[in-house]
Amino acid sequence: MIEESVDKIEARAKSMRINIIKMLKEAGSGHPGGSLSAADIVASLYFGGVMNYSEDDPQHPERDYFILSKGHAAPVLYAVLAELGLIPEDELLTLRKLHSRLQGHPDSKKLPGVEVSTGSLGQGLSIAAGVALGARLNQQRDGGPKRRVFTLLGDGEIEEGQVWEAAMFAAHQGLDNLIAIVDNNNLQIDGDVRDVAGLDGISSKFQSFGWRTIEVDGHDVSAIVTALKTATLLDGSPVCIVAHTVKGKGVSFMENQAGWHGKAPNEEQARDALAELGGGE
Amino acid sequence: MTQTIATREGYGETLVELVKEGYDIMAVEADLSGSTTTKKLQDLDPDRFVNVGIAEQNMIGVAAGLSLAGKTVFTGSFAAFGTGRCYDQIRNTVCYADLDVKVAPTHAGISVGPDGGSHQMLEDVSLMRGLPGMNVLVPADYWAAKQAVRIAATTPGPFYIRLGRAKVPTVYEEGTVLELGKSYVLREGTDVTLVAGGIEVAQALIAADKLAKEGISAEVIDVFSVKPFDKPTLLASVEKTGCVVTCEEHSTVGGLGSAVADIIGENHPVPLERVGVRDMFGTSGEPDELLAEYGLDAAGIASKARAAIARKVR
Repeated sequence: MIEESVDKIEARAKSMRINIIKMLKEAGSGHPGGSLSAADIVASLYFGGVMNYSEDDPQHPERDYFILSKGHAAPVLYAVLAELGLIPEDELLTLRKLHSRLQGHPDSKKLPGVEVSTGSLGQGLSIAAGVALGARLNQQRDGGPKRRVFTLLGDGEIEEGQVWEAAMFAAHQGLDNLIAIVDNNNLQIDGDVRDVAGLDGISSKFQSFGWRTIEVDGHDVSAIVTALKTATLLDGSPVCIVAHTVKGKGVSFMENQAGWHGKAPNEEQARDALAELGGGE
Repeated sequence: MTQTIATREGYGETLVELVKEGYDIMAVEADLSGSTTTKKLQDLDPDRFVNVGIAEQNMIGVAAGLSLAGKTVFTGSFAAFGTGRCYDQIRNTVCYADLDVKVAPTHAGISVGPDGGSHQMLEDVSLMRGLPGMNVLVPADYWAAKQAVRIAATTPGPFYIRLGRAKVPTVYEEGTVLELGKSYVLREGTDVTLVAGGIEVAQALIAADKLAKEGISAEVIDVFSVKPFDKPTLLASVEKTGCVVTCEEHSTVGGLGSAVADIIGENHPVPLERVGVRDMFGTSGEPDELLAEYGLDAAGIASKARAAIARKVR
């Protein structure tokens, strides 16, 4: 478990955003919007004293799990693994390149620290529920600590029907070691989630499936850490944290622009973005 | 001694045997536990059985998660839904991440019978053998099905096991040990090679009897393991006989017939005839009626054998 101060976690998130821009510029393709929106959430998970996870033993059998269901936000995962020292920082610049461990979407066969490959949307919650159930059964058999599973979904992603199959299953099984976080940045490739698919009322949807829910400002590290810690204390049902975020957060010309879902910044745009993030050369 | 019993009957009971032997096995079912026989595992130990309801995509995802928690996980449902409804989950989660998930739905093939074309899965072998890292076993009978479940449980990585609903004759003896990557020559012959999979193996053996009465010597091979495929056994046979007939209760697109065509085309081209469903959906009927209707019965196989022999360059 790594528990850093709010200031330190905010600095981590900033450093992750800088690395996200750098690696995407170098790659020439990829997904900045949903990586930047999730940076504060992911930094809080790993550094906020929430997950039982150690950079010294990332494969520890009693560790908590993080599954990035919105696999296109791979840069935010690679950025946090770099913060943990599990990926050398210069390797980040190999993102999406031939023979790189840093695939366009996370590949657990190539890169330790990726718990399971993702990329096809809507699958992470089912996988997380399976791990949570297996961990509970193992704990009943072997004892040991309660293992938790965290998974991060996009709001557009929850349009996938499988998410609601998994939501029904997890509540029915009473998986209180499962915590889903929805990165509610309101945008998907083709526009606003409400315009594209009528997606609204995420909390009430999960509640109606038998989940507890917490709403939080997804860029307020202190509030995120509190929400995550609260979620780990609730018994009897899975918890969904709906994190209100801004797509492209931290780079003003990318913020709230659906066009920055899956487009890498060019040299000049990257320079501007890094200057704004305080990561200029 | 020949018995008549469905291949699915070997599924749940072998899971029970393996758990009693100490394997950490679970089954994830999608509301068909009685039909698939995974209920036998539930009856033994409810904690080893998970019913996700009618939600095949979640079934595969939950199985994947359980495998990450250290379990060896078998999945249920019918082949049409347990492969087709959740193909992307099998591809992108199970195979791409190389997980210990054994996809073993039942009710594959035309022999499902009266439920009709919606439920007669004829593309499952095609879908599953196209996946990198997927092993594909097509048991010919109850005894082979038990072996397939045992092999899948004790070999790391993704498996597909094709199981059927209909009662079919056994072709193996109790206690026969089968291996991943192997085909089995069940009858030796010199004029034509009948390469069969699943319940078509029994039909091929009857066809070989018919042909023998006409003075035609047919070799019968059971392709128990479609992937990895036992190329040496196939090639040794066709080098001897000079022609081949593939027999499957599956579409001729992408299944055993295609696999054999690939291998002989690249290695030893000989006349090839294929018995299978010719790129169409099935229809309601009793299994025996359907085998005859689609030319999958022994008479259909014998007819293709004569055609293959006639095409040989003499």
